[in-house]
Amino acid sequence: METLLSYIPLDIALIVDNFDRFMYGVWVTLNLTFLALLLGGLLAIPMAIARASKHPVFNPLIQIYTYVFRGTPLLVQTYLIYYGVGQFDVIRNSWLWDPVLSSAWWCALIAFTLNTAAYTTELLRGAIADTPTGEVEAAIATGHSYRSRMRRIILPSAFRRAIPAYSNEVIFMLHGSVIASTITLQDILGVGRWLNGRYYLAYEGFITAAVLYFLIVLCITWAFRWFERRYLRHLIRRSEGETPDITPAPVA
Amino acid sequence: MIRRTVLTTALTAALAAIAIPAAAQDALRIGVEGAYPPFSSTSSDGTLVGFDIDIAKALCAEMQRECELVQQEWDGMIPALKAQKFDAIVASMSITEERKRQIDFSDKYYQTPARVVAPKGADFEGTPEGLAGKRIGVQRGATHQCYAEKMFPDAEIVLYGSQDEVFRDLALGRVDAQLSDSLIAKEGFLDTDAGADYEFLGGDHLDIECYGEGVGIAVRKGEEELRDALSAAILAIREDGTYAEINDKYFEFDIYGGRPAAE
Repeated sequence: METLLSYIPLDIALIVDNFDRFMYGVWVTLNLTFLALLLGGLLAIPMAIARASKHPVFNPLIQIYTYVFRGTPLLVQTYLIYYGVGQFDVIRNSWLWDPVLSSAWWCALIAFTLNTAAYTTELLRGAIADTPTGEVEAAIATGHSYRSRMRRIILPSAFRRAIPAYSNEVIFMLHGSVIASTITLQDILGVGRWLNGRYYLAYEGFITAAVLYFLIVLCITWAFRWFERRYLRHLIRRSEGETPDITPAPVA
Repeated sequence: MIRRTVLTTALTAALAAIAIPAAAQDALRIGVEGAYPPFSSTSSDGTLVGFDIDIAKALCAEMQRECELVQQEWDGMIPALKAQKFDAIVASMSITEERKRQIDFSDKYYQTPARVVAPKGADFEGTPEGLAGKRIGVQRGATHQCYAEKMFPDAEIVLYGSQDEVFRDLALGRVDAQLSDSLIAKEGFLDTDAGADYEFLGGDHLDIECYGEGVGIAVRKGEEELRDALSAAILAIREDGTYAEINDKYFEFDIYGGRPAAE
């Protein structure tokens, strides 16, 4: 084992010694990413409904918002919030500065939340608009009001159909969260950069970071596969003429 | 006839530009930072200026070699050198043991101490005890990262991509203090409007383990010829007055420091 390790051109001991730091980095990455996804998702639901129902006031406003946040890079948005906002004395002297905007963590959370909310809004809007007419007509025919139609038929159906596309958004957000390391946060990449800064070894820090991100994406993919199997079962297409579950067992 | 000469010249120049980089008298590519005033910064029209830049040019003139400056962000400097993106680093890089494991250095070309900067009238001292629990801004990958982590273990060390960002966040109050080269802190921050309400906290910090023997020019391991040529050129510009001329453009005293680096 010892001799095998000596062939790997990496300082494994250094990675092992700093494993705690990397685990802390994993925690920072996960909590930022998933908190942003949660808050962004909650913001996105009403905005998607307003967009899909073409609300006369909110629809154009939300459309401008999603244009801006989907049209600019997350890095720029984060810099604007972290470095840009601090330039204004008004903000620095307000209550917003001390607990919130002076902290890198809050700035990252705000930027990430607004960004993912914009993408999720458009994704959900599409899913809502794509609801099969039959489902809506059936709901109307059975006497559902607009509200109850939305709540009991359209949204559950749209959420399910949005799952595959949303898994991409989750992975993009995870990868986008590396931007936290540019505003001093010690997320996974932040720890990788710390290691490079301290020992001048680029591979050790960045390969460890890459492996950690990869493992997280693997978990996310598995989780979504499970969700899809569970919640999209009714949409799995069977081939023409096939009758379900009566294929004869192979003869031994 | 003139046309032909022009054409030939242009062709020769074009061929020279695409020639194989290994050729001996090709332009020496020098990695510089450009975000570390007054040593290295980018002026408003995009040109690189500063002490490091002038020294690099003077050394090239002394060695009679053509040079090309390549701008590189600080924490990618050593990887870029090793990946042959350039052949030498003139970016105020201190000669330390940790770095010597990765790369090689010329003799020093200057040496200045590090100091802590904090708001005027801060209610804490620049000692390990005084800075316990405080947020200290430091440039990632700089010798100050090593020193701050060693000297102030109870402080929260906040890492930035460039020294400019450290000063910006100190001025915004996102960090309580910062540790950097004393000259950088004075010229790049304390003497500017943004640094008017800040001052040095405590005295000079010198530490052979983290700060090493001064600032040198980094080359890849195994490039002894280039390293020795650079060391010789540093001595030469020290002697012929070029160094003093550049020094006086930026500083009020000779920043070369004491005796040359011990072997």
